[in-house]
This record gives sequence, structure tokens and C-alpha cells, in this order.
Amino acid sequence: MVDEVSSPPLEGVRVRAARGSDLPAVIALDAENTGVSKASYWRERFEWYAGRQPDRFFLVAERDDTMLGFIVGEIRAWEFGSPPSGWIFAIHISPTARLSGLGSLLFDEICSRFRAAGVTHVRTMLAKDAHLLLSFFRSLGMMGGPFIQLEKRL
Amino acid sequence: MKLQISTRLALYSVLHLATDPTRQFSAAEIAERFGISLNHLAKVLRTLGRAGLVEAVRGAGGGYRFRGNVKRVTLLDVIQLFEDVWSDGYGAEEPAAAPEEGRALRRVLDEIDDIARATLRSITLATMLKLMQELPDAPGQRPESAPGRLARSR
Repeated sequence: MVDEVSSPPLEGVRVRAARGSDLPAVIALDAENTGVSKASYWRERFEWYAGRQPDRFFLVAERDDTMLGFIVGEIRAWEFGSPPSGWIFAIHISPTARLSGLGSLLFDEICSRFRAAGVTHVRTMLAKDAHLLLSFFRSLGMMGGPFIQLEKRL
Repeated sequence: MKLQISTRLALYSVLHLATDPTRQFSAAEIAERFGISLNHLAKVLRTLGRAGLVEAVRGAGGGYRFRGNVKRVTLLDVIQLFEDVWSDGYGAEEPAAAPEEGRALRRVLDEIDDIARATLRSITLATMLKLMQELPDAPGQRPESAPGRLARSR
């Protein structure tokens, strides 16, 4: 989540691919931001996304070996007729590192990797009431796309 | 989607003032830019002033300047000053003669309103200023400034 606490700028911040030893910090940061601990979920996501597959990206930002945030995405192909495109499904920034440009840095990094993998669009899906996160992605130039999300109560 | 002339003029004015919050723009300058009467503009600026989005600077060289946070003020914040239709929970009653039909139609129209509200709430003035800069005929990318007039047709 991205919100309103101001922080120092990005000096000394490094973005790299996640590795197994990042898992506890990822679980802790997600739990801190969402209020729900999802250890087994993140363990599974790690197995799927934190390997070396060319179409899956789990990036972490750190300074002095302390994780400040992470972003996760992948290239999805031909779902409902969509040509391959980048898909971001998680971004978390430590409350101590917000409003420093870290979210933009992670977004730019994953977009660079999507681009290098040959796709031309990046997509994501957000709750309508996630105002700050929506504003964050809008500020990065994201607009409404050609798909509409639908659901039905079961 | 339809917005009243006053609402669109308010959005235009706020965006114009926000391009340089340190500068005062005269009402005549703004009115000329958007091809609108000074009288109409004065009413709009008074409403924006009461909301704390602009301030009047008196004296020689006085005028109006923006006084909000461009990264926090959204399109919806401005629109709601002029239009009841964009308030949460808005929904005109359908004719009582067709209760089921009316309620079903209301659900669809409410869905559209929900999406519109979420969109307008997610776009800050800073994002709009970026969008303006990216337009192919933005200042600096066109030979001479030729601002668009506020058309009465919507």
C-alpha cells in the first residue's frame, strides 16, 4: 500500500530480484500493511514468482539490507483474447519509506523488465475504494483499459 | 457523462491556476482563455474560494492563485462542489409506476455512477497536469498557444 507518511529520498536504495531469505520480511510487510498475516500464501507465491522464470517478477527494494518494499507481477498471455501483457498484482511499501518515490521506482523497474520481455502494456486491478492506491497508479500514467471486471455473488 | 458548464469551468480554472501555484492569474485572463463571461467566472471562483482551493490576491497585480495540494485534490473534490449527482449515495428514483423495472434499471445506473466516481476520485490535479503536458499540442510542443474555448455543447 502507498500512502501519506513522508520519508527520506531514495539514496542507497537497491532493487533486485527476491530470494528465499526475503520471505520473512515480505510476510511481515504485507501483514503490517494489510493487518492480515498470510504466511502460507506468500510461501506459495515465492515458489511460483521468486525463481528465475523469464515471465515472472518478484522484486524487492532494500537499503542497508533492510527491505523497504516489494512488487510482484508476471506476463500473462491471451487471457480473454489479450495479447501478452504485464500484470502487477502486489505492491507494498514500508510505512517508513512512503512518499519517497519508492513505489514509482519499483513500478518503473518491473515495467522495464516487462518491456525487455517484449510486452507493450502493463495492467493491474484494484478495489474501487482503494483511493490512494488508485491515485498512485493513475499518477504513473495508468488509465482505464479495454477490459471490465465482472463478478456475481455465489 | 454530462457536466454543467460551471463544473467544467471550475475544473479548467483550477487546473490552469495549478500549473503555477506561485503565480496570480487575473479573472480577465482566465475568462479570456476559456471564452467565458467574467460574471460567470466570478461565481465559480467564489465557490472555489469558499472550498479553499483558490485564494483571491488583492491589490495591484492581484488575481487568483491555487492554494491546495495538487497531489491530493482530485477531480471529484472539485466536481462535488458544483454537482449533487456525484455525491455518494446519489440516485434519482425511478417512476413508481414501474417498481421492478425501475429498481433493476437503478442497479445498472448505480454501477455506472460507482465507476465514474471511483475514476474521478482517483485522478488528482497533479495527474491531470501530467496528462496535459503529454498532449501532442501541449505548450512547448505547438507553435503558439491556442487554448480551447469552453463549448456549450456537451
